[in-house]
Amino acid sequence: MGMMKLFRIRGGVHPQGRKSLSAGEAIRDLPLPELLHIPLQQHIGQAAEAVVKKGELVKKGQLIAIAQGRISSPIHAPTSGEIVALGRYVAPHPSALPGRTITLRPDGLDAWAELPAPLDPFTCEPAAIAKRVAECGVVGMGGATFPSAVKLDLGQRYTLHTLIINGAECEPYLTCDDRLMREQAADVIDGVRIISRALGVKRAVIAVEGNKPEAIDALTHAAQGLDDVIIQKVPARYPMGSEKHLTQTLLGKETPARGLTAEIGAIVHNVATALAVRDAVRLGRPLISRIVTVSGEAMHNPGNFRVAIGTPIQHLIDFVGGFKVDPERLLLGGPMMGQPLADLRAPIVKGTNGVLALAGLHAQTSGQQGPCIRCASCVDACPCGLVPLEMAGAIRKENMDMATKSGLMDCIGCGSCAYVCPSNIPLVQYFNYAKGKITQTQRAEHKQKETKRLAEARSERMERIAQAKREAMAKRKAEQARQKAEAVTHEDKVSA
Amino acid sequence: MNNTPPPVLVSGPFLKQSPSVSRIMALVMIALTPATLFGLFQFGWPAINLFMVTILAAILSEAACLMVMNRPVRTTLGDGSAVLTGWLLAMTLPPWAPWWIGALGSMFAIVLAKQMFGGLGQNLFNPAMVARVVLLISFPAEMTYFISPHPLIGPDTITFMDGLAITFGYGAPAVDAVSSASVLGYIKTEIGRGVAWTDAFKSALDLQALTIGTKPGSLGETSAPLLLLGGLLLLGTRIITWHIPAALLGAIALLATLFNIIDPARYPDLWVHLLSGATLLGAFFIATDLVTSPVSPLGKIVFGAGCGVLIYIIRTWAGYPEGVAFAVLLMNAATPLIDRYLKPRIYGRTRRGKPLIYEETSK
Repeated sequence: MGMMKLFRIRGGVHPQGRKSLSAGEAIRDLPLPELLHIPLQQHIGQAAEAVVKKGELVKKGQLIAIAQGRISSPIHAPTSGEIVALGRYVAPHPSALPGRTITLRPDGLDAWAELPAPLDPFTCEPAAIAKRVAECGVVGMGGATFPSAVKLDLGQRYTLHTLIINGAECEPYLTCDDRLMREQAADVIDGVRIISRALGVKRAVIAVEGNKPEAIDALTHAAQGLDDVIIQKVPARYPMGSEKHLTQTLLGKETPARGLTAEIGAIVHNVATALAVRDAVRLGRPLISRIVTVSGEAMHNPGNFRVAIGTPIQHLIDFVGGFKVDPERLLLGGPMMGQPLADLRAPIVKGTNGVLALAGLHAQTSGQQGPCIRCASCVDACPCGLVPLEMAGAIRKENMDMATKSGLMDCIGCGSCAYVCPSNIPLVQYFNYAKGKITQTQRAEHKQKETKRLAEARSERMERIAQAKREAMAKRKAEQARQKAEAVTHEDKVSA
Repeated sequence: MNNTPPPVLVSGPFLKQSPSVSRIMALVMIALTPATLFGLFQFGWPAINLFMVTILAAILSEAACLMVMNRPVRTTLGDGSAVLTGWLLAMTLPPWAPWWIGALGSMFAIVLAKQMFGGLGQNLFNPAMVARVVLLISFPAEMTYFISPHPLIGPDTITFMDGLAITFGYGAPAVDAVSSASVLGYIKTEIGRGVAWTDAFKSALDLQALTIGTKPGSLGETSAPLLLLGGLLLLGTRIITWHIPAALLGAIALLATLFNIIDPARYPDLWVHLLSGATLLGAFFIATDLVTSPVSPLGKIVFGAGCGVLIYIIRTWAGYPEGVAFAVLLMNAATPLIDRYLKPRIYGRTRRGKPLIYEETSK
C-alpha cells in the first residue's frame, strides 16, 4: 500500500455510511428487461444522434447513436434485438420529463456485433487510446458523465505528472465502486495503467477511503510489483470524492478557482471509468452496462448489479423483491448529492451509480425549517471555504450579485452545509436556484448582446452598401457629365 | 406494495445530522447546570426565587411577543432560546436582587433586544447582556447589592419564608444580611483609595475561596471550576469552538500579566482577572452566543480578543468594576464588520479572491 504524505482538506462531514446494507453482496448480472429505453443524452455535452431506424435489427455493442461535436459521446446497443421506437421517454431526471430515447426490444440471443480489434495499449500511439475510448462511448462513471476521451487528451495542453483514480466512494449507501475494486482489482489496475499511458504520466494513485479495507487489500495485492501504481488509503470524510478535494488531499495543492485539476498537473478518473477504458481498449467493448447499487432501508435484498443501460428502474426494483415498506424517499445516486427519482419507469443510464429507497430515521430531511441562528456549522463544514449562511441570506433577498460575490459559483453543491444545519435550511436548494437564475440571466444578457451586435453589424453593412451605391451613382454622374462635355466640345468642333 | 414514488421535494442532501436548534439550547443549559446549582445552593432561597422569576418572565415575554406578531407560540417557545436567555441573565444578577429586577430584565432581553430585531437569529446584540446593562444603568443600587454566601444547608441558611421576603420584598427580611461588595468591586475601591491590591485582597478573602467560588458575587458567576466544566462540555459537544474563549481569556491574561509586571501593587495579576467577575461565564457562555458572534474562525479570534481587551480596559480604567457585558455588546456591534472582512479563504483562491495561478503546468 502507498505511503504518500496526505494533506488535510478544510471542512467536510461524517455522515453515517450505511454501506453494510449492500457492501457484502457480490456483483450479479441483472436479467434483461422486456424493453430497454436508451436516452440519447447520458453525458455532459451535446446529445448523441440516432443512426438506426425503427424496425432495424441490431447486435450487442453496435453503434446506435453517434456523438455530436467535441463534448459528446456515442451510444451502443446494450444487447441484440429490434429497434422498436425512436421517440421520447421518461428521463432519469427529477422532472421526469421525457427525453429523446431509442427503445430496443432484446431478442434474448445477446449476440455481439463485430467489435473493433483489441489494441495493445503499451505499443500503440497514446492518441489511439483516447480515440478508442471516444468511439466506445466511455464517460465519467462516478456520476459526472463527462466524456472521458476529452480528459485523456489533456496531456497535450498541460504538463501532467499524476493520474488520480477516484475510489473514494464517499457517498453513503453506495458500494458499486467498492465491489468493483474487490472483484476486478486486476482489470481496474490494467485500466489505470492504460489511462496513465494515454496521458503520459509516470505515476497513478488509486485513492480509496479507509472504510473499504477489502478493496484496498485487493488492489494492493493486484498492484504488487508495479512501481507506477500506488494504492493510497484516504480518510473517510465526505466529500473526499470531490475531485478537487481528493487532489488536494494527495498533492497538497488546490485547483485554481473555476479551473481544472490539470492546471496542477493531475487528472482524476473514477475506478469504474478505468475499467470501462480497459474493456474498450483491450476488448473493443463499448460502454453498455454498469454496476448499480440498489439499497436503502425500504429495499428488499439490497445488492450490487451489473445492469444493461436502458433498463427501467422498476425492473431492477422488482428483481430485488420490491419495497419492504413504503419508501419515504426514492433517489438516484447517493443521498448527499443524488437526485430525487420521480418515476420508476425511468431507465438506468451511464451515470447511475445507485438506486436508493430510504425510510425511517434515515430518510429524515424535511424537519420544520427554522430561522438561521448563525451557528456557523455550515461555515465550518464547507470544504470550499464559503460562508453558506451569507450566500443563502443574499439569495433569499434575490440579491444574486451579492451571492456571486460571496463565492456562489465556487460552491460544488456537496451539501455538507445543509447536512449540518440545525435549522433545516435547504441551503443547496437555495444555491441551485440561484445558480439557475444566474445562468438564465447570463444567457439573456448574452442573447441581448448578440442581438445588438448583429443589429449593429447589419446597419453597418447597410450603410456600407448605401455608401457604395452613392459612390457608384456619383461616379456615373461624373462620367455622364464628362461624356456630355466631350460631346459638346465635339459639336463645337463640328460646328466650327 | 405501493409503487408510486413519494412526492419529489427538494435538492439534497437527503440525510441530516441530528442536531436541532432545541438540542443546541438544551446542551447549553446542561452545561450551565453545575455552576447554576452551585450558585443556587450557596445563595439560598432568594437566589432560587430570582432564578425562577427571571426564566418565567422570559417565557412569558416571548409568548406575548409571538402572540402579538401572530407567530406560532408553541414551536418557537419549544426551541428553548427564551429559557436560555432568562437563565443567562439570572446568572449575572446579584442573587438577592428583588424579583422585579429579574422580571424587568427578562422583558428587556426578550422584547427589546430579541423580538424587536425580528426574533431568534436576527438580534445584533446579546439579549441577556442588553438587559444586564439596562438594569445596571437604571438600578445601580440593586444591581450591585452583593452578599456573602448563605448556603441552603448550614448555620447561615435563609429559611424559605425569609427567602420569599427578600425576593418579593414584603416586610423586612428578618435576616442579618451583610451587604458586601463583589471581589472586583472591592479591589477597585481599595486601589482607588491607594491600597495595594494584594493587601486589599488579603483582607477580603483567600485564593481558595476565589477559586472555588465561596465568595460574594453574581448568582452564577462565582464557581470557576464548574463554569470551566460547562465550557469544556460545550467544546466537547462542538456547540462552540475554541476560538472565542481562548482569544478572550488569552487577551485578558496577557494584559493582566503585562500590567502586573509594570506595577504589581496597582494591577491585580491574571488569576484575579480570570477567576472573578463574569470572565469565565462570559468566555464560554456569553461571548460565544452563536447569533451575535462572528462566523469565521479568524473572525471569532478577533472577536474574542476584542472582548478580552475591552473587559480588561473597563475593569482597570473605567468607572465600573466589571466590564463583560459592555465589552460583549461593543464587540457585538463590530460583528457585522468582522464578518464582512474576515471571511474564510475560498478554495482555489487567494485571500483577496483571485484564482490561484500555477504557471508551470500549462503548455
